[in-house]
Amino acid sequence: MQSKQPSELKEDQIRYVAKLAHLSLTEEEVKLYSHQLNDVLGYMAELAKVNVEKIEPTFHPLPIHNVFREDEVKPSLPVEKVLENAPAKESSFFKVPRVLPPV
Amino acid sequence: MTFDTAHELLEQYRAGGLKPTRVVSSILEKIEQLDSKIHAYVYVAGERALAEAKEIEQTRKKGPLAGIPIVIKDNICVEEEVTTCASKILEGFRPPYNAAVIEKLKTAGAILLGKSNMDEFAFGSSCETSVYGPTHNPWNLECVPGGSSGGSAAAVAGGLAVMALGSDTGGSIRQPAALCGIVGMKPTYGRVSRYGLIAFASSLDQIGPLTRDVRDAALLMNVIAGHDGRDSTSVETPVPDYTKALSKEIKGMKIGIPKEYFVGGIDPEVEKIVKEAIHCLEKLGAKVEPISLPNTEHAISVYYIVAPSEASSNLARFDGVQYGFRTQRTAYSVQRSEEQEPLRQMYFATRGEGFGKEAKRRIILGTYALSSGYYDAYYLKAQKVRTLIKNDFDRAFESYDCIVTPTSPTPAFKIGEKTSNPLQMYLSDIYTISANLAGIPAMSVPCGFTKQGLPVGLQLLAKPFAEETLFHVGYAYEQANEWHKRHPVL
Repeated sequence: MQSKQPSELKEDQIRYVAKLAHLSLTEEEVKLYSHQLNDVLGYMAELAKVNVEKIEPTFHPLPIHNVFREDEVKPSLPVEKVLENAPAKESSFFKVPRVLPPV
Repeated sequence: MTFDTAHELLEQYRAGGLKPTRVVSSILEKIEQLDSKIHAYVYVAGERALAEAKEIEQTRKKGPLAGIPIVIKDNICVEEEVTTCASKILEGFRPPYNAAVIEKLKTAGAILLGKSNMDEFAFGSSCETSVYGPTHNPWNLECVPGGSSGGSAAAVAGGLAVMALGSDTGGSIRQPAALCGIVGMKPTYGRVSRYGLIAFASSLDQIGPLTRDVRDAALLMNVIAGHDGRDSTSVETPVPDYTKALSKEIKGMKIGIPKEYFVGGIDPEVEKIVKEAIHCLEKLGAKVEPISLPNTEHAISVYYIVAPSEASSNLARFDGVQYGFRTQRTAYSVQRSEEQEPLRQMYFATRGEGFGKEAKRRIILGTYALSSGYYDAYYLKAQKVRTLIKNDFDRAFESYDCIVTPTSPTPAFKIGEKTSNPLQMYLSDIYTISANLAGIPAMSVPCGFTKQGLPVGLQLLAKPFAEETLFHVGYAYEQANEWHKRHPVL
């Protein structure tokens, strides 16, 4: 994949990114975010001038590595207790709208 | 009694003159009387708090915080108690478990008063993005308390709680502590377990104390710090007794003042007050010298790429299936493609209706920065510049014990003043976010008041796991002044 340069966030791009994020936006929100985020990205454009050649990224502030533990069976939360928070449920399952198309 | 610190209350309990039930009921009365104006709480667990106080009295339970009432930020899970991150999307969520810090507080005998208001998902610097409406600063009700732990700070400053827990991703404990005139500390990344803290940006988040003085912060850190196997980023380094670090003697301590923190945007009154505080440290015998942290200017850009990127990923779990809010819509448009399946329509509508404006703004910003093709230019670039910011600190701490700066460029601003301009709001985090990017501990202590009577905070920074240095310097400064003894008149 070719790397793209930072650019303006046009309204179409806001719609596209919102789709990636599973987020419905009103047309008003699309306009507002396009305008506001362009300000923010404009400010961030200053990063372009920073030289980071041979600099490793810091994904994590501490030098911690994979943490291993014994693979022991431990009690987990009871299903009924977890399901108490579900907006919709049926027996011991979360219930969601139809996934497969009607036949 | 209203403004007594935890250590003062503990002393009175020990002497036998005062009982936890009396303290809890007087705080509950105060909440009843004042919280309609301050709005620090989103939920008050009055009956349960009184019952806990009674139990502690009857069982004579011992513990480092036995009988001390504390308020918890609404993004920390308390079993069976509504925990919403001040967001509609977590409406009615009752966690089936306690956060690690809550388990520890209960073992220590602390009494949970309820949940405090915050910016939605901790996205904000003013407490205005809460679905419950804004919190007001006890020093001036027209002003913000800071954010995102604004409810916690306002409760402690206003006498509506003795101490509070907050969380700090880019300054969310220190900035409201500064704006409300109290002590706030962000521990080293990994010092306090994040188990049960609803994640905002996982490589930056830390839970920490908001208290009336430095000794109380040390007492609370003694309880909440430590390794926890359920948070794989929590560290095994032993926890010292932080109260042992409270010494007034700072002669010879080397303190660096970064020049980059005194340019542009700083309010002249804040600058003057902070410089007086630095002069006070010098008079106490510290060796104060100017230093440079040259990459400070990039901190805002780096943070507002890294934090929303992590947030957009963390917030993917809120989709109306397992907990919280689901759209009331039940009729879905006819399915023509996979994209239009009713389940996906439910996700889109739930998230569109459930998240507030700032949350959506950050989800979009973060998703964009991580999206195919832009990852290198934004996310990866930001993480590399983050290394430069961290290197600046590493270098400085080779020669200095502590770095001192203002906590916030301005005192508390008016409610509504910055809500329409996100960039202006983001810039108010300019002095606090570097500590999160570098993972180092930082503390804000009160250091004076503006002519308008608004508090100003002094920020202290130290190298990783050197919280003791912060307690030491913070205590020496505090005890040489009287700022922490001033309280708002309400």
